[in-house]
Amino acid sequence: MLSRTAQNLFWLSRYIERAENTARLLDVTYRMSLLPSAASQQDQQWGPLLAIGSAAAEFGARYGEAGGESVIEYMGFDPANPSSILACVAAARENARAERSAISTEMWEALNATHLELQSKKYRDFAKDGVRGFFDWVKERSHLFRGVTFGTMYRDDAFHFIRLGTFLERGDNTARILDIKYHQLLPQGRRNGEAVDYFQWGALLRSVSAFRAYRQAYRDTVDPQKIAELLILDADMPRSLLYCFEEVVNVLATLCGARPRECLRLAGEIHASLKFGRIDRIVAGGLHDFLNGFLVRSNGLAVQIQRDFMMSLQFE
Amino acid sequence: MRRPDGGIRAAYRDFWKRIEEVPREQLLLKQAEADALFRRVGITFLVYGEGGSTERLIPFDIVPRILDASEWKVIEEGCIQRVKALNAFLHDIYHDQEILRAGVVPKEMVYRNPAYRPEMQGVDLARRVYSHVSGIDIVRIGPADFYVLEDNLRTPSGVSYVLENREVMMRLFPEAFARQRVAPVGNYPERLLHNLRAVSPGDVSEPTVVLLTPGRYNSAYFEHLFLAEQMGIELVEGRDLFVRDGRVWMRTTEGPVRVDVIYRRIDDDFMDPLAFRADSMLGVPGILSVVRAGRVTLANGFGAGVADDKAMYSFVPEIIRFYLGEKPVLNNVQTWRLGEPEARAYVLERLHELVVKEVHGSGGYGMLVGPAATKAEREAYRRRVLKDPGNFIAQPTLALSTCPTFSKAGIAPRHVDLRPYVLSGETTSVIPGGLTRVALRAGSLVVNSSQGGGVKDTWVLER
Repeated sequence: MLSRTAQNLFWLSRYIERAENTARLLDVTYRMSLLPSAASQQDQQWGPLLAIGSAAAEFGARYGEAGGESVIEYMGFDPANPSSILACVAAARENARAERSAISTEMWEALNATHLELQSKKYRDFAKDGVRGFFDWVKERSHLFRGVTFGTMYRDDAFHFIRLGTFLERGDNTARILDIKYHQLLPQGRRNGEAVDYFQWGALLRSVSAFRAYRQAYRDTVDPQKIAELLILDADMPRSLLYCFEEVVNVLATLCGARPRECLRLAGEIHASLKFGRIDRIVAGGLHDFLNGFLVRSNGLAVQIQRDFMMSLQFE
Repeated sequence: MRRPDGGIRAAYRDFWKRIEEVPREQLLLKQAEADALFRRVGITFLVYGEGGSTERLIPFDIVPRILDASEWKVIEEGCIQRVKALNAFLHDIYHDQEILRAGVVPKEMVYRNPAYRPEMQGVDLARRVYSHVSGIDIVRIGPADFYVLEDNLRTPSGVSYVLENREVMMRLFPEAFARQRVAPVGNYPERLLHNLRAVSPGDVSEPTVVLLTPGRYNSAYFEHLFLAEQMGIELVEGRDLFVRDGRVWMRTTEGPVRVDVIYRRIDDDFMDPLAFRADSMLGVPGILSVVRAGRVTLANGFGAGVADDKAMYSFVPEIIRFYLGEKPVLNNVQTWRLGEPEARAYVLERLHELVVKEVHGSGGYGMLVGPAATKAEREAYRRRVLKDPGNFIAQPTLALSTCPTFSKAGIAPRHVDLRPYVLSGETTSVIPGGLTRVALRAGSLVVNSSQGGGVKDTWVLER
């Protein structure tokens, strides 16, 4: 398969997954900001979101203080912000357009319709009905695209590169959501086991569709450490880091075939640290440091994937 | 469709009888159905164009152009003869130049031609083929009188319409295909691939063939995508290819893969920024050196354009006699080269009755149709000609044949031309039929899609 095609498809699914997770992150932040305990700390709610992609400086210059409305505008609809939902969908659709022959007609149509609708609607139209309706819509469109991909696409390398992008991006995004919210809700010095805000933690779980899973897995009241365990180490939780890396390793093994490459080794290393990790050790060593280390390694893996599959200037 | 005496040509009798019986409303429905089918296939096509591009659907007419076996035989023989002679001519021009030494074609016609590529001098091409895919534009003047308007030896397009038109017609009029033996065209991609594989460099047993496109903003991108899919080969852009160790490679997820034959839909000028236009982002730097070493085959080859401009056109009958020793099967339209003083004087006196064209123009742009032009337009054109007379040719206006065409007012005659596609490789052959283009405006002689033309399916009836 052409390297250009692999690259376009890999990024196509990353963009879609990123759009969905941005909607999830904005949604949980919005929900938390509505709770009474949070009323006085708007800044602390919305500010950390901008730390993703180091956008704080650019945001500050253009929007001033971080508040709900401005952050949603910036991360949802700002075409100048390459990570905004609007920009991600546009980029995904542009990649799909270049690779029409590699994907199914239904995939193209689903993506194109999402893009066209997003272009035609204005933030204010969504805001009128409530921004949460918009976040739900973005999630639905992402689900649709993934479902159509599963239901219609030929299982060739193109399919595998799409899956690869999805899970690499999702692992990254779950780590970021957990990092931001965990430390907002559990300021330093506060020991584990103290009474925690049920609603706030519940909102975090819901943002990654994990509320019911938590109840089933633990049959317990919400506990921050268990939440971290669910989102990092649970092999059955489809947005957990371990689950994402199970998929990443499988897909890479398929793509590498008989020729193991460096990216597969890197992925295996990360996978092992998740599969055999223990949450008490991780928390004792500092959750923030652990997640940060994961993000750096995951990013290193993405670079290696590009090197192994998409730059092919080197002769073997 | 009609004979000079006004009777219906035999080939049309069956279809004409049926279509006359069909009520107008039902024909309207058929036309609407055809449009819907094209829109569905063409959805991609339209969306590509969104954002200011000029792309759109080409109007399709549901009444086919029908040729019987004997008529087709003339066209087929004539096209094959012409392309064989032109390939022989190109080989000669880039080797011993016997035709120049014999004085049949003046030297300056070659050396002053911007499409002549001195870099290709002495380079041996696989099977001596320069034009692997040729489009010969033909019009009909009388019952057995076919004239060639133009040879297209560079990157002729439109064949995807031939295949799509047939698909749509077989859905709309299945009973007509059941009753008459219409020669199929659907195996064109198969034959093209076979020919491309047959011209791979000599030392390669399992050649990798790719289709090189300028990219998705090109107006024919839909066709590139379509043909690559039909042939099951990679559709690549210039940046997917690179030259190393005297070969062309494509970048794949499995590492570099050697490429042996490139069906390219990019003009010579843009193919190699190291050799031709340095500002081209579309091509493959260094590819000319690989072509010269005979380690990759381009279809069509570099420099084929020297044989297809409108001035060289006037020499084609001589070229056929020179290389094949045969009488040309298809007629050439009388052509005055305005670089020659006598011809110029003659033509400028008669601008109101002639057609004047730029030697390197295409698509119906930059031409003057004398009888249809105003006096002011003719004067303006005369000044253009005088500035650079060598760049113009003139031809008489032809009484093009017409073909019944579905219009708002019902079925009415419209002028048509025909572009059969000739494939050269192991052998030289033509797919039965080709692209019939139709001038949709009553009385118009311009069939180009950029100028209000449409297309029809072309049926060749088997015996």
